[in-house]
Amino acid sequence: MSIWVEGVVAALILIGAGFTLVGSIGLVRLQDVYTRLHGPTKATTLGVGSIILASLVFFTAKTGVLSVHEVLITLFLFITAPVSAHLLAKTAMHRQEKKVESTRGEPWQQ
Amino acid sequence: MLSFALNAAFVMVGIAMLLGGWRVLVGPSLTDRVLALDTLYINSIALIVLFGIYLGTSMYFEAALLIALIGFVSTVAVAKYLLRGDIIE
Amino acid sequence: MKRWVPSPMLSLMLWGLWLLLANDFSPGQMVLGVFFALLIPVITEPFWLRRPRIVKPGKLVMFVLMVHRDILVANMAVAKLILSSPSQLRPAFVEVPLDTDNEFVITVLASVVSLTPGTVSADISADRRTLLVHGLDVEDRAALVASIKQRYEAPLKEIFGC
Repeated sequence: MSIWVEGVVAALILIGAGFTLVGSIGLVRLQDVYTRLHGPTKATTLGVGSIILASLVFFTAKTGVLSVHEVLITLFLFITAPVSAHLLAKTAMHRQEKKVESTRGEPWQQ
Repeated sequence: MLSFALNAAFVMVGIAMLLGGWRVLVGPSLTDRVLALDTLYINSIALIVLFGIYLGTSMYFEAALLIALIGFVSTVAVAKYLLRGDIIE
Repeated sequence: MKRWVPSPMLSLMLWGLWLLLANDFSPGQMVLGVFFALLIPVITEPFWLRRPRIVKPGKLVMFVLMVHRDILVANMAVAKLILSSPSQLRPAFVEVPLDTDNEFVITVLASVVSLTPGTVSADISADRRTLLVHGLDVEDRAALVASIKQRYEAPLKEIFGC
């Protein structure tokens, strides 16, 4: 495997792991459940997408045959992440979870 | 270079999963715990894909795909249960 | 034709999905994929919502590219917010009035809003006229509503012609 491909794979892996970590840091640091929804559902999804892209490049370069089935996982995650976020937001509003003081606007009654 | 990146990524995703686990334990609300579980399953997909690259085998692809499928369905089921007190209405 | 291939787009997507899953582009898998792509839409036809037709495919490609770019750019911004000062965020709920009542278009719009970081679609009113959106760091609520409508809803309405 050439040094260039290896560099691209390494960069994608590090970017992906970085975003995954940022998503989880958001999960811990943010103040209420509504803001916490933002970190994991998107930063983590993007991070995993990047790692899967790295896997695609790696196996295509390694075997010499185009290996694209990893795309399925990314596709699935990007379709399902908004759905779980939406349902969790609805759940939070239904259970009337506390929101931070500075939030403007009101959640709807469920 | 690749092995260094892989090791660093293992550590980073591991820390991410520990933080998620902390949120599962601490809460404070049930929604938080479900959200943290949702994050944990997505992180575990990343870990499995990384492990596949580390071992140089694409055998783990199916495992990652199955975790994605089952994780999504379970998140929806739990959220639906909290929302309506019932999963299949 | 209509009876045997109720939705050509769905068939095409299923065929592509099968080839991806098999990770094998040999003629045998292609024939098997055609078999599934023809069979599954016929069986599942009664379950589908009314699907809008894609009026402007060129615009759809531009829209997909724009959304990808937004996801990347906005993720950087959110990462910066999370790492710097979570206590100084200005979260807000905003209500976005919708101009379309097509379920499919609303679903795509809500998903795009959720995927671009900084906003999560939280609920939709029972009459499908208003979308409740939670923003992570909102400076001007009216501006956020306007940008969602102009940036995502307008192109979607144009693409699906409704």
